[in-house]
Amino acid sequence: MNRTVERHRNILDFALSSLLRRKGKNLSLWVVYTIVVFLIAAIVFYTHALKREAALVLQGAPDMVVQKMVAGRQDLVPVAYAGKIAALRGVSSVRPRCWGYYFDPISGANYTLVASESPSPAPGAVDIGSGVARVLRVGRGDLLPIRSSSGAPMLLTVRKVLPCVSELVAADLIVMSEGDLRDLFRIPRDLATDLAVTVANSDELATLAVKISQRFPDSRPILKSEILRTYDSIFDWRGGMMVVVLAVAVLSFVIFAWDKATGLSAEERKEIGILKSVGWETGDVLLLKFWEGAVISLSAFLCGVVLAYFQVFFLSASLFEPALKGWAVLYPRFRLVPEVDPYQLVVLFFLTVVPYTIATIVPSWRAATVDPDAAMRS
Amino acid sequence: MRKSTVFVLVTAANAILLSIFLLHGKYDRGEAAAARSASAEIVRKLRLTDLCLFTEARYTRHPSMTDFQSPFQDHPLALEHFPSGALVTPPGFRREGP
Amino acid sequence: MIELLRVTKSFHPGKSNQFTALQDVSLTVEPARVTALKGPSGSGKTTLLTLIGCMARPTSGRILLRGAGIRGIPAGAGNGEVEITGLPERFLTGIRRETFGFIFQHFNLVKGITVLENVMLPAYPTGERCGAVSQRAMELLALFNVARHAASRVDRLSGGEAQRVAIARSLINRPSIIVADEPTAHLDTRLSREFMQIVRSLKAEGKTILVASHDPIVYDSPFVDSVVEMRDGRILGGGATP
Repeated sequence: MNRTVERHRNILDFALSSLLRRKGKNLSLWVVYTIVVFLIAAIVFYTHALKREAALVLQGAPDMVVQKMVAGRQDLVPVAYAGKIAALRGVSSVRPRCWGYYFDPISGANYTLVASESPSPAPGAVDIGSGVARVLRVGRGDLLPIRSSSGAPMLLTVRKVLPCVSELVAADLIVMSEGDLRDLFRIPRDLATDLAVTVANSDELATLAVKISQRFPDSRPILKSEILRTYDSIFDWRGGMMVVVLAVAVLSFVIFAWDKATGLSAEERKEIGILKSVGWETGDVLLLKFWEGAVISLSAFLCGVVLAYFQVFFLSASLFEPALKGWAVLYPRFRLVPEVDPYQLVVLFFLTVVPYTIATIVPSWRAATVDPDAAMRS
Repeated sequence: MRKSTVFVLVTAANAILLSIFLLHGKYDRGEAAAARSASAEIVRKLRLTDLCLFTEARYTRHPSMTDFQSPFQDHPLALEHFPSGALVTPPGFRREGP
Repeated sequence: MIELLRVTKSFHPGKSNQFTALQDVSLTVEPARVTALKGPSGSGKTTLLTLIGCMARPTSGRILLRGAGIRGIPAGAGNGEVEITGLPERFLTGIRRETFGFIFQHFNLVKGITVLENVMLPAYPTGERCGAVSQRAMELLALFNVARHAASRVDRLSGGEAQRVAIARSLINRPSIIVADEPTAHLDTRLSREFMQIVRSLKAEGKTILVASHDPIVYDSPFVDSVVEMRDGRILGGGATP
């Protein structure tokens, strides 16, 4: 047992000395390797944590949203639909929602305006998301000018700023009373943006959706499960632009590493002959090559993953935030809750460490089976 | 010190750091849970349906709620201007309809 | 004692380029003696050394190792006598590692690593404790007067120093038999004589030494106990003593 450990340590010693001989080359290989692992791991961590966060936070979203479509575009839905849908068996409540988007020409940002029923801000007052407060540099008690659809500015008083811990859902919100919102966008009293439907039994959702689209052919029901699935597919890591861009980098690294690992120079071949002649077995030589590959790939993997974790969960992925979130004026600021899928880590391990190590061993295989007397005849 | 000892120590330190990180992610949840329940409360009260991740265009703030055509409103083959437009494709379920 | 009985070695047997390097060689190498193989290049000296040193197997014939000091094979199997021609590959490597030390014509040092590591190289796969090996290596380097170079890379050594490092390496596993192939081919006269002095001291320690050379400094040296002359894969005269 002790001898086996000692043998591994001795050969590891030699593998390290051997790697240190080509310090510049191996170090740059290690750095590139680490960066590749870091980037992939960071994307995997980020998207996984975000998907999970979306699933948890959006648990309380309406079970179904019913929109009205006119000529393939979403249109305002008659409030009268609400009563008819509420009468369907299995529906527990239908609430008309009034909300919309507002492009602020001064700051150049898009805000989401939402009418709240309970607790509704008083007419003339608003609650704003902390992102809005940051971009417009307004706080509690300040006046917020909004240009209404008639062109006349509307002055609203900020009642409070929503807590910044919930920026992930509320950064761009301007919450106002329903009356103010209708005045602002000139939405008639008998129309609403869409209808939020709650059902008693979520198993019946799909049946209800079919029923609603039959009863109201101009409507479009959207289920909560579809919303959550949308988030899954948005941040599916294969779908990300980063990954597409990265694919090229990863591929070129694979070619580079493959070339480096497999290309056995005459020098290395000769060295293997020397080792064989001084009494190394084929297995010893392969063990040496295993350690040479494992030292680089294992340390690069560990460093890359640790750096990625740090970057995503402690620095909030500040490095590639713009690429992942777009170039908006208003960025939500949030810290992701650490959430790592061990399965993904294992997959990453097997995609990085194992192929590289094997690519180092395999080409040495033939060189390692040379007869020990070859070195003597050269 | 032997080179192998240095390597083993560095690797072990890295592995331990990684496990600490993973454990930290598992157990340090108090603050996060509070933030999460505050967000969930806003979602419930205002009946929100989406996260506020991209705000550069109206169809990126509510990807699940925008109409099917809005990302392509200029032309169906128009290249997307915003990077998040490349991430947010119209969800697949829209194609068949509910 | 090493005994060869009617040993023949052919390369590429049964093919058009078949070449017989050794033909029906029988030889006895006495322990604690210096035996020199003499002959022109291509006479089969190196092939004979590789067969004795367990690096290759003969096509026919038997090679026996006899006496104490044969290590590297499982306990009990090697009491007194081992026929190395019949041993499986694993044991052959074990014997080669523990019983033989090799000195090569081109020194065969691994470039880029330190002198000390080069000397320790044959001991790495044995699983011996690193501290013990490096201490022994330092002693050997001190013995051959190259200890001051222990931490420098082998590329910086002069020819004579490289030779002495190679000798130190051949002794690291405490072998009982030293095999040297044309050890003086790349050395000048002074260094060649120095090498023979080292051979003498090794002999005094009780090592069996087998040298292949066509250098008169080696085979005419007074420290050589017997000279075996070879030509065309055969032994001429058969183990004559000068």
